[in-house]
Amino acid sequence: MRNLRFEPRFDRPAALSRRGFLKAAAGAGAGLTLGLYAGEDLATEAAKTEAPVPGVPARPVTPTAFVRIAPDNTVTILAKHVEMGQGTYTGLPTLIAEELDASWAQIRVEGAPADAKLYANLDWGEAQGTGGSSAIANSFMQYRQAGAAARAMLVAAAAEQWKVAPESITVKNGELSAGARKATFGQLAEAAARQPVPQAPKLKDPKDFVYIGKTFARTDSRAKANGTAKFTQDVKLPEMLTALVAHPPRFGARVKSFDIDSVQGMPGVRYIVEIPSGVAVIGTSFWSAKRVRDKLKIEWDDASGVRFSSAEILAEYKRLAGTPGTVAKSSGDAAKAFGSGGKTLDAAFEFPFLAHAAMEPMNCVVSLGADRCEIWNGEQFQTGDQMAVAQALGLKPEQVVLNQLYAGGSFGRRANPHSDYILEAVAIAKAVSRQSQGTVVPVKLVWTREDDMRAGYFRPAYYHTIKAALDADGRPVAWQHRIVGQSILAGTAFESMMVKNGVDATSVEGAANLPYAIPNLLVDLHSPAVGVPVQWWRSVGSTHTAFSTETFMDELAAAAGKDPVAYRRVLLDAHPRHRAVLDLVAEKSGWGKPLAPGKGGAKRARGIAVHESFATYVAQVAEVTVTGNKFTVDRVVCAVDCGVAVNPDVVRAQMEGGIGFGLSAALYGKITLKDGGVEQSNFHDYPVLRINEMPAIEVHIVPSSEKPSGVGEPGVPPIAPAVANALAAATGKRLRSLPLTLT
Amino acid sequence: MPVLFVNKERVDVASSVPGDTPLLWILRDSLNLTGTKYGCGMALCGACTVHIEGQPVRSCQTQLSAVKQGAEITTIEGLRTREGQALQAAWQKLDVPQCGYCQSGQIMSAAALLAKKRRPTDADIDGAMAGNICRCATYVRIRAAIHEAARTLG
Repeated sequence: MRNLRFEPRFDRPAALSRRGFLKAAAGAGAGLTLGLYAGEDLATEAAKTEAPVPGVPARPVTPTAFVRIAPDNTVTILAKHVEMGQGTYTGLPTLIAEELDASWAQIRVEGAPADAKLYANLDWGEAQGTGGSSAIANSFMQYRQAGAAARAMLVAAAAEQWKVAPESITVKNGELSAGARKATFGQLAEAAARQPVPQAPKLKDPKDFVYIGKTFARTDSRAKANGTAKFTQDVKLPEMLTALVAHPPRFGARVKSFDIDSVQGMPGVRYIVEIPSGVAVIGTSFWSAKRVRDKLKIEWDDASGVRFSSAEILAEYKRLAGTPGTVAKSSGDAAKAFGSGGKTLDAAFEFPFLAHAAMEPMNCVVSLGADRCEIWNGEQFQTGDQMAVAQALGLKPEQVVLNQLYAGGSFGRRANPHSDYILEAVAIAKAVSRQSQGTVVPVKLVWTREDDMRAGYFRPAYYHTIKAALDADGRPVAWQHRIVGQSILAGTAFESMMVKNGVDATSVEGAANLPYAIPNLLVDLHSPAVGVPVQWWRSVGSTHTAFSTETFMDELAAAAGKDPVAYRRVLLDAHPRHRAVLDLVAEKSGWGKPLAPGKGGAKRARGIAVHESFATYVAQVAEVTVTGNKFTVDRVVCAVDCGVAVNPDVVRAQMEGGIGFGLSAALYGKITLKDGGVEQSNFHDYPVLRINEMPAIEVHIVPSSEKPSGVGEPGVPPIAPAVANALAAATGKRLRSLPLTLT
Repeated sequence: MPVLFVNKERVDVASSVPGDTPLLWILRDSLNLTGTKYGCGMALCGACTVHIEGQPVRSCQTQLSAVKQGAEITTIEGLRTREGQALQAAWQKLDVPQCGYCQSGQIMSAAALLAKKRRPTDADIDGAMAGNICRCATYVRIRAAIHEAARTLG
């Protein structure tokens, strides 16, 4: 989802710069609100003046701002990105606190509302949303500037009150002082709001950072340790009803009819309605709705339903892999190089469909009035969802209000380019509002775990083949990589920007930009339309490309009789950041030194992988123990280069979590289809990693002054190939399909 | 009429509430104690863990009719034991949570473990905590925080 530009479906005043301009607002008792004005405010202002007006008169407080300083001395940061575990509610405030010189204790965080003009993801152009590990990367300067501007206004206010030069004022840890005079931010908030907003506030020299690069507490740990953190699942509104939906048993099928008599007399249900995605049962509580949903007799119309199995899909992918695909990357002349003799190797790789299986199954609360739709959601893709809902209801986007909540995990699922579960909730709310005759009845859609696992939007299944030719020294001279799998972006708003010449960038990322120096490289792609709903899954294309490329590099090293680290190093001459994480992880893991033997003669070995995703470089060494056909992953050493590490402890946490998440897929992850339906339903048949299987993890961060890149996803890709390479080192068996099974 | 004591408060459950209603949904939907989470509905993930008479149970698979009259139920909101508070402090000190959705259940399971075994080994932790899934895989820190809480309890 990098460099994504969402195609706006509405016009906006052309004269306005993309980032708008900083303006201040003050209201009685409201303190300082500093931020970007948007919508009609901005349009009107721009029409009048074409430039920001210094010394803005008091005007109503707007929630559309990055930072609010209140007379009670709290500093509230508006986070434009969702907190789904990756640490944005700590990272974004860090940037403002840094430039503001706030005290960490006075910081509060609120989720920003949906407003693409104010809160666009600057990496994406015109859309607000969270993905592609871009939150800190795109906000790094923007949030620092907001903090620096607020600081300058506080200083100006103090200078005015104290009749001293601004330069004589010191700001430290939430307090301003000049000689014996002192004031808190809160005491100066209102006066500061009347100061002109500096348009180019001076930012700190990194050597003066007090927060960036330091480790301090997450803002959400307390609420998440005492049960008060609010998720969508926890939203309760007056008169709210709970909806469950019966979805068709196979993709593409539709409702033919349902039999109300089959649930006659069951308590607690208000409405049963057909919606495009199934039959919704709407009751006074989850349990009353679920009892009825499970008992309701429904006849499905299978005419448009799919009937295939995942085995049939794979067979078709294998057939396609025998034919040339659309070229995604070509350098040199691979065909010629293969024809010129020398040793060649080839391998094929299989990747199953994967469910996101976030701990909080999908859910959404909708309150629908005549000219307003209010939504509560762990909202990952505000602009897409806002437009989709507006279109579904015949409203303007600004009539769709999105309230941000903590997301109980997402791993990409809550940024659905089709707004699937949100539109389902809206369809239910619409049906209820027709029946409730104008009374506004809020509805909470809740998916059960089974609904969540079977509704699709999986990481697509893929089939890869790679063929390489080695020269006399064992160096690869040609590499031909073919990828077969569904396009995630086809049919979405992203297609026009990210599918170029028939190549979906998310299908080939990590393969088309292979970092190794190979003179003849050909990467091509088949993107068959299959009809299984698919979507990005934490680290997207790299979930499969890192596995095939990094296990195959290991095979090449073995064929060349070289050490896997030494072999890679030579080929990474032009990629110093890859090489630096590789060197660091080799050093810290004791690469090349013997491992302590396993109990009872169990075989032990290390494996390595290095991969860049979302401009972050990660190398991992996995240590495994193999006993018969069983294995454990005992320890993982990880090196990461994400540029400036805004909060090193959050970086470590994301590497730990990314490794654990990747291990779930490496050891277990597999969704299969039979007769067009999903065979798995819950954690007994879709197992995920548990605490007793979690390896010890050691994370090393490369010191860097490069601009920060993300860490939510890049910890995932290297772990599966590192484990497969370790298993190959221990057993001599090359595992080329996920999940990994020794037989 | 079933009577429960939830976090020390008496709760009279209306007779109209079906006996097959899981305790989870009485806590969440009727009592608005939303710290206890729904994750799987099959006692596979542990997000719904509460204590009944001090024992950790999966409230999603505990039907109202199976809870004995007058049972003492403790949820994350009412966790006031020394172990519980030491764990919550350690959870914050080590910044255990990521998305946070499973953490109430993790802490309830860990509190029951520490109440039984003041100095748990890694194997004890595996045994007591393997029923609690964390998709963010915060397991390294969960383990460290349990040891940390045990240390602070002396």
